[in-house]
Amino acid sequence: MATLEIHDLHVSVEAENGPREILKGVDLTIKQGETHAVMGPNGSGKSTLAYSLAGHPKYTVTGGTVTLDGEDVLEMSVDERARAGVFLAMQYPVEVPGVSVSNFLRTSATAVRGEAPKLRTWVKEVKSAMEQLQMDPAFAERNVNEGFSGGEKKRHEILQLELLKPKIAILDETDSGLDVDALRVVSEGVNRVRETGEVGTLLITHYTRILRYIKPDFVHVFANGRIAESGGAELADVLENEGYDKYVKGGASA
Amino acid sequence: MAEAQNIPAGSTTAGSIAVAAESTVATRMSAPPSFDVADFPVPHGREEEWRFTPLARLRGLHDGTAVASGEGVKVEIEAPEGVTVETVGREDERLGKAGKPVDRVAAQAYSSFEKASVVTVAKEAVLTEPIRIAVHGQGGVAFGHQVIELGAFAEAVVVIDHTGDAVLAANVDYVLGDGAKLTVVSVQDWDEKAVHVAQHNALVGRDASFKSVVVTFGGDVVRIHPRVSYAAPGGEAELFGLYFTDAGQHQEHRLLVDHNTPHCKSNVAYKGALQGQDAHAVWIGDVLIQAAAEGTDTYELNRNLVLTDGARVDSVPNLEIETGEIAGAGHASATGRFDDEQLFYLMSRGIPQAEARRLVVRGFFAELVQQIGLPDVQERLLAKIEAELEASV
Repeated sequence: MATLEIHDLHVSVEAENGPREILKGVDLTIKQGETHAVMGPNGSGKSTLAYSLAGHPKYTVTGGTVTLDGEDVLEMSVDERARAGVFLAMQYPVEVPGVSVSNFLRTSATAVRGEAPKLRTWVKEVKSAMEQLQMDPAFAERNVNEGFSGGEKKRHEILQLELLKPKIAILDETDSGLDVDALRVVSEGVNRVRETGEVGTLLITHYTRILRYIKPDFVHVFANGRIAESGGAELADVLENEGYDKYVKGGASA
Repeated sequence: MAEAQNIPAGSTTAGSIAVAAESTVATRMSAPPSFDVADFPVPHGREEEWRFTPLARLRGLHDGTAVASGEGVKVEIEAPEGVTVETVGREDERLGKAGKPVDRVAAQAYSSFEKASVVTVAKEAVLTEPIRIAVHGQGGVAFGHQVIELGAFAEAVVVIDHTGDAVLAANVDYVLGDGAKLTVVSVQDWDEKAVHVAQHNALVGRDASFKSVVVTFGGDVVRIHPRVSYAAPGGEAELFGLYFTDAGQHQEHRLLVDHNTPHCKSNVAYKGALQGQDAHAVWIGDVLIQAAAEGTDTYELNRNLVLTDGARVDSVPNLEIETGEIAGAGHASATGRFDDEQLFYLMSRGIPQAEARRLVVRGFFAELVQQIGLPDVQERLLAKIEAELEASV
């Protein structure tokens, strides 16, 4: 069973007056089949955690370890991490002019699966995944994220999640900017992947709204660059009622 | 009508774009068109038509110090049946009919060439095979003149291939009879030291179609100046261009479509990729719609993809309109950078770095390559683009 283990992770970014530490010792273990919600106020470092795990060059790991089934993830390049089974659904996916969605999907599926998917089954696979996400077939011929609405970008991220079938899926604020209908469609996509039992999910969110559609097994409160408190799904209800105030003001005391 | 944008190129790249606030297509040249080099002062580099060009690297083409040597270029023409190929002297009256030289180097070429090639496609002849013109540089200085003339309703494809090493200044005339269809592909695949400055003049007959595809990969300095005017209404011109500018190369494409006649169309699309220190691409797109040219339909586009730091783009679309009675007119210019965020996005989906770059560049050129409509040329271009990328990764 695939397991992602994050131990005492420290991460800095370059700021104007030197490096600034954003993650201050994160400990988290995600197993295949589990869903962990990481919740926290803006600026707590949630997205930094997501991008650090994917290997974004802006973030420098200054301490700690991340392993996937014992393999050192931090030693891997960005593409190696993806091929090892780590997937990041981004909050702000990037436009890639000149590259069509269909070409992009096939190239990335080929890279992740280690061989080109058979054309006939691939076309069906993409078509059915797009239908389930209520995406117009014409979408496949558009350039990656170019001129996409916020909802289209998120559907496109989840489409990739469904096609690439990672071991660990990190969803960075996938719910942000979505109306209720889009949120439902996107959540159903995530749930289809979770129901396979093959994926460990790290759901990063500011709001509890998405947790009505995607039920987490664990909820972690993220504050000041580390996990301040962990609990079951009921912790989300507490946050819904009380907000993040006690974590922000008093400082973390996990 | 004018859309111009500059995608932020990042803090370290020198990619830039300038859009002229007002155009003066007809008046801003430093001297009126002329066949005589003496009518043009030696440029010093601040003239509008020379301000982007590194004069010091023109090897004397601009100041009269370049002298034709015996071993300039070798021109070989392979033509199917129905085509007449002649080598003629300066006095031949078919020369220079499509347009006069508009700058000093073009006039120098016209004043200095000794023999010209005239390729004639007979009236109503429809060629099934392309005419192939191989211009191979032998390391010397050369001045050239070529004429491609199609009789009424003739149809032809011409592929002009520039290879080797040379310092070449040339004029090429394309004269299209009524209803004729001409596609010309000019490939600049020079060795790295070559200097090539050329003016292409097309005169498009009534209801005739002209398609020009200019492809520039090689050379130290390449400056191509395709110009189109119309002899009668109903003409169409498509001007496509691709360039891949590497470290140290200067590749300049200046275009003029002179809508001097009613009910003509033009469509210009040039795309370039740049990589490496001091790679410099210049694109000037001038479109003039004269007062008489009612019913004109024109669009011009330039796109640049800056792949690395240190490259520079100057892209200047100019549209000058003297009548409001037109079907359409527009232009667009954009220079974008293949940036680290795009790279991260593609790599985060498992795609290795070199492949991510290829994906983006291929995608960038694909649509334009498809419009060329000549499968063997398209395949060669894609292979060449691959080779350019291989060299860089």
